Amino acid sequence: MTPALEVNVTRRIGEFDLDETFSVESGLSVLFGPSGVGKSMTLSLIAGLLRPDTGTIVINGTTVTDCAQGTYVSTQARRVGMVFQDGLLLPHRTVLDNVALAVRQANGRIARRAVAHTWLERVGADQLSDRRPGSLSGGQRQRVALARGLAGEPSLVLLDEPLSALDSVVRRELRNLIRDVIVSSGVPAVLVTHDAEEAEQLGDVVISMDDGRVRAMRTVERPTSPQSEPGSTTSAEAT
Amino acid sequence: MTRTRAVVQAMDVKWKTVAVVCTVVAGFGLGFGVAHLFAGSIAYWDVVSGPFYLTLRVAIPATILAGVAGITSGYVLAKGRFPGRNVLETIGSLPIILPPTVIGFYLLEVLAPGTRVGGFVTRVVGHALVYNVAGCIFAATLAAFPFCMRAARTAIEGVDPSFEQAARAMGLSNRRVALRVTLPLARRGIAAGLTIGCARALGEYGATLMVGGDINGKTRTMSLAILDEFTAPERNTMLLILVLMAVAAMTGVGLLGRSRV
Repeated sequence: MTPALEVNVTRRIGEFDLDETFSVESGLSVLFGPSGVGKSMTLSLIAGLLRPDTGTIVINGTTVTDCAQGTYVSTQARRVGMVFQDGLLLPHRTVLDNVALAVRQANGRIARRAVAHTWLERVGADQLSDRRPGSLSGGQRQRVALARGLAGEPSLVLLDEPLSALDSVVRRELRNLIRDVIVSSGVPAVLVTHDAEEAEQLGDVVISMDDGRVRAMRTVERPTSPQSEPGSTTSAEAT
Repeated sequence: MTRTRAVVQAMDVKWKTVAVVCTVVAGFGLGFGVAHLFAGSIAYWDVVSGPFYLTLRVAIPATILAGVAGITSGYVLAKGRFPGRNVLETIGSLPIILPPTVIGFYLLEVLAPGTRVGGFVTRVVGHALVYNVAGCIFAATLAAFPFCMRAARTAIEGVDPSFEQAARAMGLSNRRVALRVTLPLARRGIAAGLTIGCARALGEYGATLMVGGDINGKTRTMSLAILDEFTAPERNTMLLILVLMAVAAMTGVGLLGRSRV
């Protein structure tokens, strides 16, 4: 089976040196580690917002970056959906327009809006369609950002600490939503967090990072019965 | 106020655009009407109307042309990564620094029918760009351009690049990112530049005098007419109309900047 994502890159910024190699299958993978270890930089490299110094990035079997060959697929052409820490919803557009703007698979404004409505319904935010991002709470903004990240039928979703700016109650609520929506959509996802509990609850695979390197990678065994608690783990080799 | 805001929020984008354009037009109309009332007599209108309409014919297209050119070049200067950007901005800003008569002199030197450029323009356009309304518009555009360009560059540079990155991650092409994200987010600064540019085009004097020639009924804008008719009683009407037009233009363009279009 082709991995959803293969990363083998180096990138140096000032004194910070990122050098990592890992690959993930479908499902939700979590990049976990304290602040400043290169987690968000990794997402930027995968999304094409940043270029690596050396190495390759392969998404669903397609090489999007290969420094040796001079291959560099633009961010727009990578078909990744991104959910940012503070949502980054466009403040001058309504919630519906924000999501509709990300829809690539439908032609025409009405068709794009219909798709956007579907995604807003899935994240429980359809009633916010006509509102501006400035009038939304943090949790509402992240729901909309999640809908926007998935609305373009991406081949990979990247979530950059989507819950870190939220209070604990909303965070718990959104954790379940993110996992449910990502799993039901079938789109592979990589989520960045510095919260160990969050990593454990959300990830099918947890990739631990430190000082710009992947230190460990383990698969989280999900319970088959809904009553069981997640968290029992097996070791996997870090690559 | 809250109700007005709610109504505005509920309006569709195209209707907001229509409302803003109507506000600008109504602003000019109001300025024109109030000027009539305060002038106290319609007897001067025969004298005033010519320069008034000519000023509109010059200032409106000049603002539009300077706006389009200024926003485009401001965007290139803000986003482009090429050597000599600051030199280009300095050259584009020369009309602010140089005395207007000097600009007019150089325009005449370049655009006169006998010159190479002037001859080319005459062949392409069918007439020379001096001593006619086209020349006045050209001079006013040049005067307004640097204000639009500098304001646009500053406003575009002030847009948080994270929004543009988010838009690219959504799959938007660079052109759509510029039109749907960068420019709308920079609209207030751009509107400020357009406001000043419009005011500059309304009051343009020196270059217009040199290039237009101050021909009564043909190229005499209100700024020129006020000087020419300094002792005539209708100058007060013209002064008032010019002030009100400037205020109306600023209010209208200011509304454009504040609106959530």
